[in-house]
Amino acid sequence: MSELSAKIKQVIDDEPVALFMKGTPQMAMCGNSMRALEALRRAGAPVTAVDILPDPAIRQELSALSGWPTIPQVFVRGELVGGADIVEELEESGELERTLQDRLGPEYRNGRDEKTVLVV
Amino acid sequence: MATERLQALLTEAFPDASELSVQDRTGTGDHFQVTVASARFAGLSLLDQHRLVNEALAAPLADGTIHELRIKTKGTA
Repeated sequence: MSELSAKIKQVIDDEPVALFMKGTPQMAMCGNSMRALEALRRAGAPVTAVDILPDPAIRQELSALSGWPTIPQVFVRGELVGGADIVEELEESGELERTLQDRLGPEYRNGRDEKTVLVV
Repeated sequence: MATERLQALLTEAFPDASELSVQDRTGTGDHFQVTVASARFAGLSLLDQHRLVNEALAAPLADGTIHELRIKTKGTA
């Protein structure tokens, strides 16, 4: 496994909620990335964002790890939840909050802070 | 042109689809909304339903034809 791949995997495994997106939460560069972020915010998720734009290799390595071809990608406790459409649909049905509660515990909204981490 | 290609790939992957549409959202041939209703989705998680659509569109996703893809799946009995 490459160093980059290991770093991506570490974010997926270590962060409660990992969002791989184009741009940053402060400046999203893609409508779908923004849609996923906003759905996660509505559900009160503690989002850790990773900008995939600085290096095309990030997206390649990420898709190789996840088996998911498009960006954004949302992981909760190391498990792929899906892209923007899925996260939005799950948020609307209330299932996203249930997933967050099941995997992160009932207090998942506490200590909610949005952060951005770098992998390159 | 790309719209027809996507439509053909999805029709091939979901021959039973009761609803299948490809919409060019921006008129630029690279931002698409696809909707598929198929019995193949029954009992699958949303993640696996979208995975089947992504697999059907693997080639245009990989070669950059699709810049942005929105997916709506419906499981039918």
